[in-house]
Formats: sequence, structure tokens, C-alpha cells
Amino acid sequence: MATEEPHVKVEKLVKVYGDRTVLHGVDVTIDRADTLVFIGGSGAGKSTLVRHLIALERPTSGRIVVDGVDIASLNDVELNKARRRFGMVFQKYALFDSMTNFDNVAFPLREQTKLSERDIRERAMAKLKDLGVEHAAKLTPAQISGGMAKRVGIARALVMEPELLIYDEPTSGLDPVTSRTVDDLIEEMREKFGVTSVVITHDMVSAFDIADQIAMLIRGRVVAQGTPAEVLAVDNEDVQKFIRASGVEASRLATRRPRKDSRALAAVARARAPRGG
Amino acid sequence: MPDEPPPRPAWARALDPARAFVEEVGTLGDLALKTFVWALRPPYRFNVMVAQLEFVGVQSVFLVGLVGLFTGMVFAVQTIYGFRRFGAENMVGGVVSLTLSREMAPVLTAIMVAARAGSGMAAELGNMRASEQIDALETMAVNPVQYLVVPRVFAGLVMVPVLSLLFFLVGLGGAWIVGVYGLSLDPGIFADRIRTMLEPGDLTQGLVKSLVFGFSVALIACRHGFYASGGAVGVGQATTRAVVWSVVGVFVLDYAITSILTPVG
Ligand SMILES: Nc1ncnc2c1ncn2[C@@H]1O[C@H](COP(=O)(O)OP(=O)(O)OP(=O)(O)O)[C@@H](O)[C@H]1O
Ligand SMILES: [Mg+2]
Repeated sequence: MATEEPHVKVEKLVKVYGDRTVLHGVDVTIDRADTLVFIGGSGAGKSTLVRHLIALERPTSGRIVVDGVDIASLNDVELNKARRRFGMVFQKYALFDSMTNFDNVAFPLREQTKLSERDIRERAMAKLKDLGVEHAAKLTPAQISGGMAKRVGIARALVMEPELLIYDEPTSGLDPVTSRTVDDLIEEMREKFGVTSVVITHDMVSAFDIADQIAMLIRGRVVAQGTPAEVLAVDNEDVQKFIRASGVEASRLATRRPRKDSRALAAVARARAPRGG
Repeated sequence: MPDEPPPRPAWARALDPARAFVEEVGTLGDLALKTFVWALRPPYRFNVMVAQLEFVGVQSVFLVGLVGLFTGMVFAVQTIYGFRRFGAENMVGGVVSLTLSREMAPVLTAIMVAARAGSGMAAELGNMRASEQIDALETMAVNPVQYLVVPRVFAGLVMVPVLSLLFFLVGLGGAWIVGVYGLSLDPGIFADRIRTMLEPGDLTQGLVKSLVFGFSVALIACRHGFYASGGAVGVGQATTRAVVWSVVGVFVLDYAITSILTPVG
């Protein structure tokens, strides 16, 4: 077997909008079946950064290498194919408001698989149920609350069981109990399918609970990256200030749930999606 | 005020509209090309297509019919009034059918579709852009041009000719009613003048125009919605621009097609 190469590698990523530089040369690597959590202030560029990972934005300069392929080099059709392996939970849900919530969750299954309508129904309803919003299946996104819409958005991203899942603030706007359920689901996707997860969150408990790696982004720069323990101990004023301001005891952040090893899970992921090269 | 950018020289600002125009044509051309390419690639989503045909076509039938009827009636009155001065009011059937088929039906139908369906397309796509629904499509490996723009442009291309034909027939009917029942023209002569004056070329010109108009109205509407930016304000502007520019486009293209297809002089 080939030596372990990172699932995602971001190299010297710079993004400029007009005359504003939003990302100043970001370097990040994410191993397969790992969970990387981005923390950092509002407007730091977290959403912009993760949008690059699935080519919703083109870098001004720098490279984004996913599975060994520079995604900026892909043409329309290749990119479309590559995106079958990605999923994203959007910060503002991005549900299709012309469809019911059920149809939203069924949408990727209908578009990307040849499953029968019965199987699609079963799978989509199961996901809605996991997130506790099965009763909203027949309503449209405009008829449900923000927290419910967030959960439908998560269901839609999870239903395809992609290899790389990006969550942009999956727990913002959710009550604490539901937030923990979402953490469990992120963890479950990893354990069951070896999914690589990138999570943006302002919720420190969640960040330290689910992360293999934490990266802190401040004003377009990664100022710290490491395991939760390393980040807790890092000698950086901004990082320490951020952790203190969250109001959560460092000792609480240091205690984590037991986790399966990413290397073993990475094998699961590879077995699930055999691919040349 | 800190660091205001220096004012640009007047000649540079005077050239801005020209540059904007060239850029706009580029954007439209690029979207048109993508639309062609993605129209040919599978999958073909028939239900999405049917929904747009219904939105552009079926829901416009009443409006187009109504406007067609009154346009034909007004035209009959005006032509009779003018032609009576030299005793040629019998020509009215021919003149009305010529005007309707070559100009009125395609142009007015396209404008109606721009106002009704074009504005709706721009607003819907603009909202989808603003709320990241278009990004969501992309992440689910669905090409948004293929899913959103292709069916709308196709619906414009198919439905504007169909609606134009409707406009033409209803308009002729309106002229007939006014001419024969209101102003007691001879129905036989009215029909005969249509037969002798209306040539296949007139209908062809109407068809070519309505195809081009339908395509361009839908394309311009999609372009403004699809690339909208700036939240609710941006969506409002996109809708306005979609209607204004597609109507302007209709008149410009109308002259272009007319001058190519009409041998005069
Ligand atoms: N399309 C764009 N055009 C111009 N500026 C943009 C654009 N998208 C993002 N920005 C700017 O980039 C900066 C980073 O935005 P981004 O949404 O990535 O922040 P964030 O870290 O996700 O913040 P939050 O935690 O509030 O979601 C912001 O200052 C924003 O104004
Ligand atoms: Mg954000």
C-alpha cells in the first residue's frame, strides 16, 4: 500500500476580493478519517477557506490538493465528478426552498444514485429521523425554524455518506442537547464510514470533543494547528485569549471522549471507495 | 476621509459604459456557450424542463391572448382610419396580418414574456444565489447551469414562438371582429386580402424573430439572476436589469433580424 498521503492539502492559499486580502497564505493538511476543527473570530476567513476545499471559490494563488489532485486543474466535468465525494453543511442552510424538506434530503440521492424511489425514501427519512426532524419532512424550508433548517441541511449532507464532509457551524443556533447529537453524528460518520471531516465552530466544548486537529484562524492566517492538547498548551496570546473568552474550563476541554484511531478508519474509507492512482 | 482613491480622469470615466458593455456581451456569450454545452450532456431532467415550459408558456397564455386581441383590434381601427383616406380600407386584413406576423406578435410576446417570466426567473435565481442554493447544487455535483439555466432558456426558445403564434391568431381574430362586425367590412374581402398579401416569408420572419427573442430574453434573465450579488438589494436590481435589458435586447435584435431578412430598396 502506498505511503499515507493527506486527504486534503492546502498550500500557501491566498484569496483576494477586490482590494481586500481575506486569506494570507494558509497552509493546512488534513489526514484521511481525521476531524479538523477550525476555530477563530467572526470574519477571520473560515467559511472562505472551506469553500475553497470543494472549489466553490478559486484561489487567487496557492494550491488545494485533494486525494493528490490539484482541484484548480480540473475542468467542469471532472470537478462535477470529484464533488460526488464531497458534502457540505452550509452556515445558512442553503436548502432549496422550492422543495419540501424531504425532497431536499432525497435530492442528492436522486441525482447521484440509481436507487429506487423506495430506497431513497427509506434512507432520507432515516437521516431526518437521526436529526429529529422527520415530522418536518412534508413542510418546506420556509415553514420551519432556523434550528430545524440547520438539521435538515445536515441530513442532506450526510445522506450521501461522502468521503469528505464540511460543516460550516453545524451547531450554531441549536440547543445544547441537539448540539451534542450533532457532535455524535459527526463522530458516527467518521467511525462508520471513515469520513474526513472539516468543522467550523464557535462551540469550544464541541471543538475539543470531536477534533483530531484544531486549527485557529485569525485575520486570514492560521496561527496555531495541532491536537487539542497541543492547542490548549500553545504559547500564543490570541489563542489563549480565545479559549479563555469561551468561558469553558481548560480542564473540561482536556477531557475527551474515547475515539477510534484515524489510521484504522482510513482503511475503512479506502475499502469503501476504491479508486485508481 | 482617509485614503479616498484619487479621482480618475474624465476620459477614463467616459469610456466606462463602453467597457461595461463589452464585458456584458462577454458574460452573456460565456453563459450562452455553457448553456449549449450543458444542454447536450446527460442527464436530461424532463420534469424540470416541463415545469419551466409550464411557467413560461402555459401561465402566459391568458396574458398574451389578451394583449394580442386588443393589439389586433386597435390595429384594425387605425388601419381602416388611415386607409379610408385613399379608399383602400379593403386592404385592412392584409396589412394587419403582415404587421402582426412580422413585428407585433414576436416583439410584443417577447416583451410580455420578459415582464412576466423573465422577471420571475431573475428573482428566483438571484435568491438562490444569495442564499447559497446555487453553491449547494454545485457541492451535490449538479451543474447549476445545467439544472437551472438550460431548462429556462429552452422554455423561452420553445414557448415564445408558440405564444407568438397565439398572439398572431388572436390578433387577427380581433381585427376581424372590429373590421367585419364593428366597421362592416366585407368578410370575404378581408380574408382574401390576408391570403393574397401574406407570404410564407412573413411567417418565417416572425418565427425566426420569436426564436431569437425567446432565447435572448430567457438568457438575459438567467444571467442577471444567476450572477446576482449583494443580498436582497442585489436581487431587486437583478430583476430590474433583467427586464430592462431583455426588452432593449428585443428591439436591437428586431432591427438586426429585420434588416437581414427584409429586402428593401
Ligand atoms: N464574495 C466576497 N466578496 C468580498 N468579500 C468577501 C466575500 N466573501 C467573504 N468576504 C470577506 O471575507 C472575510 C471572511 O469572511 P468569512 O465568511 O470567510 O468569515 P468567517 O470566518 O466564516 O466568519 P463567521 O464566523 O462570521 O462566519 C469577511 O471580512 C468578508 O467580508
Ligand atoms: Mg462563516
